[in-house]
Amino acid sequence: MSDVVEKTLTALPSLLSLDSQSGAGKLSSTSKLGGLIRSITELTSKHEEEKLINRELAAIKEQVSSPNTSMRQMKEIMVRAIYCEMLGYEASFSYIHAIKLAQQGSAIEKRVGYLAVSLFLNESHDLLLLLVNTVLKDLQSTNLIEVCMALTVVSQLFPKDMIPAILPLVEEKLTNPKEIIRRKAVLALHKFYLIAPNQVQHIHSKFRKALCDKDPGVMTASLHIYLQLIKENPDSYKDLTGSFVAILRQVVGGKLPVDFNYHNVPAPWLQIQLLRILSLLGKDDQSTSELMYEVLDESLRRAEMNHNITYAILYECVKAIYTIYPKSELLEKAAKCIGNFVVSPKINLKYLGLKALTYVVQQDASLALQHQMTIIECLDHSDSIIKRETLEVLFRITNVKNVAVIVEKMLDFLKLCNDDYTIIDLVGKVAELAEKYSPNNEWFIQTMNVVFSLGGELMHPDIPNNFLRLLAQGFGSEEEEQQQLRVFAVDSYLTLLESDTAHLPQRFLQVISWALGEFSYLKDGLEPCKVTKLLAKLLDERNVTSESRSWILSAMAKLSAGPGAAALALQVSERYSSSLDTVLRQQALELLHLSQDPELHARVLPHGAAWDSFEVDSSLSFLDSFVSEALSQGAAPYKAPHQRQEELRQEKALSLEPYSISLPVSLSSCSITDRQSPTLLSMSSSLSGNSNELKAGSSTLKLEGVKRVWGKEGYLHQQDAVEEAAQVEEAATPALPLSPQQGGAESQQTHGDLTVVEQEKQKLASSLFVGLGSQNSTFLMGKSDSTSQQFRRKTRAADSTSSGVSERSSSSSHSSCSDFLHNNLLEDSQNSLNTQKIGVSNGTHEGPVTQSFQTANGIPEEDGEELGNPLPVIVDSDVASIGTETSKETSPFLDAGMVLVQPCSPQTELRDFVQPGSSGITQTSLRSQFPPELSQLPHSDISLLSSDHSLSLSACRAYRDDALLFVIILSNCSQSSTNGLSVQLDCKQLKVASLRGNALENLPAHSMSVCWYALLMEEPHTQVTVAGSVSYRAVPGHTQTLQFTDKLFLTDFIRPLTLSTEEYGKLWLSFSQDVRQNLKLIQGEGDPLRATLSALKEQLQLHIVDIIGSEGIVACRLLPDSPCLLHCRIHGGSLAVWLRSPLLSLPDCLLYYCQKTLEEC
Amino acid sequence: ARACRSDSRREDFSRTPMMQFMLLFSRQGKLRLQKWYVPLSDKEKKKITRELVQTVLARKPKMCSFLEWRDLKIVYKRYASLYFCCAIEDQDNELITLEIIHRYVELLDKYFGSVCELDIIFNFEKAYFILDEFLLGGEAQETSKKNVLKAIEQADLLQEVCCSLPSSLGGVARCHERQDVSTARSSQTE
Repeated sequence: MSDVVEKTLTALPSLLSLDSQSGAGKLSSTSKLGGLIRSITELTSKHEEEKLINRELAAIKEQVSSPNTSMRQMKEIMVRAIYCEMLGYEASFSYIHAIKLAQQGSAIEKRVGYLAVSLFLNESHDLLLLLVNTVLKDLQSTNLIEVCMALTVVSQLFPKDMIPAILPLVEEKLTNPKEIIRRKAVLALHKFYLIAPNQVQHIHSKFRKALCDKDPGVMTASLHIYLQLIKENPDSYKDLTGSFVAILRQVVGGKLPVDFNYHNVPAPWLQIQLLRILSLLGKDDQSTSELMYEVLDESLRRAEMNHNITYAILYECVKAIYTIYPKSELLEKAAKCIGNFVVSPKINLKYLGLKALTYVVQQDASLALQHQMTIIECLDHSDSIIKRETLEVLFRITNVKNVAVIVEKMLDFLKLCNDDYTIIDLVGKVAELAEKYSPNNEWFIQTMNVVFSLGGELMHPDIPNNFLRLLAQGFGSEEEEQQQLRVFAVDSYLTLLESDTAHLPQRFLQVISWALGEFSYLKDGLEPCKVTKLLAKLLDERNVTSESRSWILSAMAKLSAGPGAAALALQVSERYSSSLDTVLRQQALELLHLSQDPELHARVLPHGAAWDSFEVDSSLSFLDSFVSEALSQGAAPYKAPHQRQEELRQEKALSLEPYSISLPVSLSSCSITDRQSPTLLSMSSSLSGNSNELKAGSSTLKLEGVKRVWGKEGYLHQQDAVEEAAQVEEAATPALPLSPQQGGAESQQTHGDLTVVEQEKQKLASSLFVGLGSQNSTFLMGKSDSTSQQFRRKTRAADSTSSGVSERSSSSSHSSCSDFLHNNLLEDSQNSLNTQKIGVSNGTHEGPVTQSFQTANGIPEEDGEELGNPLPVIVDSDVASIGTETSKETSPFLDAGMVLVQPCSPQTELRDFVQPGSSGITQTSLRSQFPPELSQLPHSDISLLSSDHSLSLSACRAYRDDALLFVIILSNCSQSSTNGLSVQLDCKQLKVASLRGNALENLPAHSMSVCWYALLMEEPHTQVTVAGSVSYRAVPGHTQTLQFTDKLFLTDFIRPLTLSTEEYGKLWLSFSQDVRQNLKLIQGEGDPLRATLSALKEQLQLHIVDIIGSEGIVACRLLPDSPCLLHCRIHGGSLAVWLRSPLLSLPDCLLYYCQKTLEEC
Repeated sequence: ARACRSDSRREDFSRTPMMQFMLLFSRQGKLRLQKWYVPLSDKEKKKITRELVQTVLARKPKMCSFLEWRDLKIVYKRYASLYFCCAIEDQDNELITLEIIHRYVELLDKYFGSVCELDIIFNFEKAYFILDEFLLGGEAQETSKKNVLKAIEQADLLQEVCCSLPSSLGGVARCHERQDVSTARSSQTE
């Protein structure tokens, strides 16, 4: 096919004579557009083209505004306008006419009108609002084509706020007899889901219907929605796995109409979409994965033809196989498949092969070994994208032994690269590798020097920051070694400064000056005077920015204590104390004082002081009195910039609300505040026109409401420095078959005669792939980095060793103290050659919220021995059909500190196995286990989470005022006692405020134990999945784990917020995120507003602040302390709700539950 | 700036369509067709177009059809004097995108009857209509060649009917007429 196209297209020059051929829609050389195009081709310069187009645009402008222009002419004009825009000239005057054409034209003119609109405007363009009515009309048209056009334009661009207006019509189209309409309607809903997910949440059942549509086209379209839904929340759609598998099986088996074939391959797009969905569903889920092994195998087998499209399917298949829970047989086939890609002479396939390798080598590095020669060839490939992807593969197989070679290759590439994005990415990776695997100090400093020189101003600011922190805080290694590192740094920077400094990037200069200022005293025999001289020279360079100058000046201040340095400092400070830059001037003066007063200097800048002893009052509480004084003297309260902008925007924005309340004329003076404060509005409508009082009210409103922003509460979330010591997690990843490899030596032997070039390559290979053999297999799993790792970034260490508990807090509030705790734990466990312990360190929590629950839950540390060795270890030796030596008996893996834990068998079976009733465990008996502080709290029903033959887990949610308690009840249903129980809970979206009783030495037969987690939802989610596991020993020395998952909803974290009407009014003004929507009103006896609000209050735990006439105000908070305010008003038979909150998606999420509650009422 | 590519490969909750935009341009760098599936300002569009045209034209014929560009993946293919160029995200399948381009060329070829660049220059609105039936909002809408062409044909027939009918006739009447014609036509072809 492509050959035919290619041939006809190469015959193009002969067509240039514009001989129009017969056939559909041939060159319309007679039209005005044709004329325009031809006159453009005759032009010789860009300047002439500009003149011609401007003339053309002027003519168009005149024509469109003429009343005599018919719609038919307008259509022709629009086409020309589109053409001019495509050439890069602006024709914005025609946009409004495009909308008019779509609105008023007959079907064919409409078609061009809609096309012009979709090409001219984008989603956020204001003119799009004018299209809404046209779309509404066309959706209701009896003409199939018009409906299609409307749906097409809706699926491309539609204003987010106006979706509710057309949503019912689009939904109705889902049942249209014409499949093309159903298909387009599904895609329109997909678009809506992408831009406003909460608007279409109520029609999920209709998506399912679309999935079961008899037309394959409609079904395919619905998969777009499902892919997105499953990406965001795979757990809710596990039940559909069977259906997706069945569909894929039918497609692969060729059951679809031949129309859907593409080059004899049945519906490849559909296949790929399904494979993606399956891989998302099967990820980390053995039972779901088991359902799809067979069909994946069949897909692999069927896709044999030698055509691009089959390769596309194969690639997706391989990706799925490596994403889902592994099965050795499939992995083997997939590996072979990747091999075919990598060695393919077709460059596109080679690229995809490398891309596949990047995610495969993390699990199975032997594949990289197999293809080492290809990889090395690719490193020198003429196409840089191939090189780039090869580096990506190498990045993932880096270990202590090959880091130097790999980093060198990456830096070589960087030196020739001029694409900013690539530079930023690669520089970050080099820095990461250097920190993680650096073989020695000298190398590290030199590599970082290159990183700073190449990365320049582009690189992520974290890189220099981390580097400096590393220099300052060290990395847990010997003090001596750390000093050595600092001296190396000082040495190399001095050498750099002595040569030409003009080419050094500013960031690098800053790093240099900081390091010199801090550490040059460590070097013996180095006069501070010499360093100061170099710095002073740098200071005078022309291209140094004032930010860098300020770094240099502070370095000089640190060095100014020495005898010779003081004189120089005096000189410098004199020059800069008259600088125009106030920061520099201040620093120059500081330098002056410090250099003249050695005592002061010693006190302010002591050598080698502890780095973490500084306390910063980030809440600026010391300013409180200043602020309140200013306020009492009539200063305006502070508003954050985004808030100010929001208010400005609101004042300018058009009101889209229909006019429903007729305010008395005398009130018009405060119409602006009306829009902002619903409480004020309600007051005003009840006051019926006392304008004086109202004005006073509005001005006081503006004056107060300050404390939230400045006071401590306003920064509450920042102060929540909850220090959490984490638990060392038992091997976190699911067990993956690992194929041991005999090392690079074996493959070297296979090559008999080597030319010189090849010898070089071999040499490179042995240096690149060293450490990938079995003796070093620990490094393959990034998670079990051994102690030989040099520089471990602090947070990284925390990430890899701690469970999800500390993950949230580590980003901002980890003190270095707890970091050391992590490190020590890790080191201990590795030194003693134990496998990683389930060491549970005690966590102390000091958030203001959780003080009542502050309990140190220290658990005696287990002997690593007991837990370690006898674990069920999966060693799958026949994966890559090499290295069969290592059988299940050998334990090099254990020695090297890697434990593979067999995850529990499918949950469904377990559920059948133990029902709560059958084992005699009833709700009441479970509840009787509750400690007194729990049993008084309101809580949900107790439900069975998971169970196996000896342990059964149930859970319930208890609603405490300051947190949601997730209570897990462990009951031993076996005849013998279990030992060493330990519960782990993991949910990235939630914050664990405290936990209690999550480890237990011993649980006797038929007894129960309760543990609970206090959870907070800092960022709103409609629902989150918590997953966790319980590990225990039923038989001595034999650890088992039982996994469980449960769902928590936003409503679990909502608590009433008690406020007065006035406080509500103040808060309302300070929130920036708002959402409005009309909801169903509950019609019953009595006041519908009261009935509806109390229903909401009951279901969602809201607080009704006030109800005045037809308006009500309601408040709630999301745990811990994010308020959300609702303003409800009866408007035309429905409840108009307006939500405001400081959090981005809280109004959206809450609205969803309000909607759901009222639908169910 | 994206933080780390390895992260974006593992998890992606972005709410963007599969395809971000599609550009057609000639060997001389003249833009022939542009379709944007993500909202961008005119200035950005122009900048992207200029950069991409330059980068793609500089590539040698035997080179890989994929390009890394900013945080996107560019998939391009040359057909005679025209370059077809699509932007997708890194975790998407490059090969299938290449085949999407090819399917679009097939559709154009079938519609215009051995298509050439001039067809697309002079009838670019038709090329847009075909694209809209094939890809909608950045996702493959209909992959069956027959169905796409049928939809286009129906809309085109409407044009012929409209032109031949007196303008006094209402939309509904036109609609009926058109459906009759289209059913007749489709039964003929079958």
